[in-house]
Amino acid sequence: MLIAALSTIAFAALAWFTLLSTPGWTRVQQTFFDPAVAVQAWPRVFQGLLLNLTVLVFAAAGVLVLSIVLATVRTLRGPVFFPLRVLAAGYTDVFRGLPLIIVLYLVGFGVPGLGFTAERPPAAVLGTVALILTYSAYVSEVFRAGIEAVHPSQRLAARSLGLSHAQTLRLVVLPQAVRKVTPALMNDFVAMQKDVGLISVLGAVDAVRAAQIQTAASFNFTPYVLAGLLFVLLALPMIRLTDWYSARMRAREQAGAIV
Amino acid sequence: MTALLRLDGIRKSFGGTEVLRGIDLEVAEGDVVALIGASGSGKSTLLRVVNLLERVDDGQVFLRGEDITDPKVKPDRVRARIGVVFQHFNLFPHLSVLDNVTLAARHVHGVSRRDAETRAKELLDRIGLADRGSAFPDRLSGGQQQRVAIVRALATDPDLLLLDEITSALDPMLVGEVLSLVRDLADGGTTIVMATHEMAFARDVADRVVFLDGGEIAEQGSPEQLFGSPRDERTRTFLARFSS
Repeated sequence: MLIAALSTIAFAALAWFTLLSTPGWTRVQQTFFDPAVAVQAWPRVFQGLLLNLTVLVFAAAGVLVLSIVLATVRTLRGPVFFPLRVLAAGYTDVFRGLPLIIVLYLVGFGVPGLGFTAERPPAAVLGTVALILTYSAYVSEVFRAGIEAVHPSQRLAARSLGLSHAQTLRLVVLPQAVRKVTPALMNDFVAMQKDVGLISVLGAVDAVRAAQIQTAASFNFTPYVLAGLLFVLLALPMIRLTDWYSARMRAREQAGAIV
Repeated sequence: MTALLRLDGIRKSFGGTEVLRGIDLEVAEGDVVALIGASGSGKSTLLRVVNLLERVDDGQVFLRGEDITDPKVKPDRVRARIGVVFQHFNLFPHLSVLDNVTLAARHVHGVSRRDAETRAKELLDRIGLADRGSAFPDRLSGGQQQRVAIVRALATDPDLLLLDEITSALDPMLVGEVLSLVRDLADGGTTIVMATHEMAFARDVADRVVFLDGGEIAEQGSPEQLFGSPRDERTRTFLARFSS
């Protein structure tokens, strides 16, 4: 314990002095870590972060629904469902391959061109759609792995009780599948938490965009650091929760085993 | 009176191997029939055919006179009338004992949660697990889990109970409590078809013992006759291995 503490202090001090002794440190400190600029930029950047949070909530809900549907379709058996299965498989292939930023551009500038609505939908809405499209492809694969990890004897028992295929899926398979993949899902959620910052490329004034505007106004990069810090703070609780939950699952599984 | 369950010339193959080769069997209401035979003799497949988990290649299965192998019959409706207990219990690990027992009543038979739970508590009380309703299956011993699985199969008052080697996965210490529950059910008039390796139990509880060999019924009769003076050479060879 004491050794660990001493070692940590020594290591931190070494890193700190190395940084301070670099020739450009003073200039970097002025342009990236200026408290006055941070205070000035704070209201706008914080306002932007609220937009990120809103997008996050809607995107997470959308991903949850779309990915469960995709995963379910991919696990349907029987030749009747072949076209649906192929469609879902194709979807996950394409959207796992496409860089998110390209999906953002395609949806952000392509969809308004289709003219569904009289006015151009807000950039934040289009950004949310793009996030849902991309993340659903990943998350559906996580759900599919969970569904396939539920032992077939569970389906057998459910069907033997007279439950229909849909009931079996809803009452027996999915609840168990979700439990199995919760740590992986939480990890994807953490990834999405920071990717909501990418909607700024469509012009939505989120934390990143607000920081960019403030940076341009003050000729100082501190607002970016501020926004970055806020994203980290936003992600930390979820990251800790994921670690805690994974550890608990591991402990529980090992408690059941002999070795 | 028509038999509760009648099998008529059942044939079933898996990829060229004929597992059931023309099975005829009648089970009357209240009968307890034990299926015995070596592994691979077709016992489990026969139970799966009755429960429509396997489609027959040829032959018919009648439940209370209705041909349930008719493609027009909805399998879910038939399965709702038949209780099944498996070797590995197959309780739902994410549901409490009470929810395991009431699931089918609530979602298949349209019973209200309150009525289903009242019934489930009565049944759990009968097996001495009334106080474990809110526990999850992994907190119970194997014997307790299997007794819950039996109660789950009984909760919707099925016409017929199928037991598929229900003591094979149990610690020998725990076999007794499960068998005594089955004996109670048999005495109470439940119609049971069971595949089993417990010869002493089959002899004790069954009204009729059916010996399967290579997908055929080699011999059937009362326990006294079949165990006491088996007529078929194959039956004698099989039983000799158990008594030695």
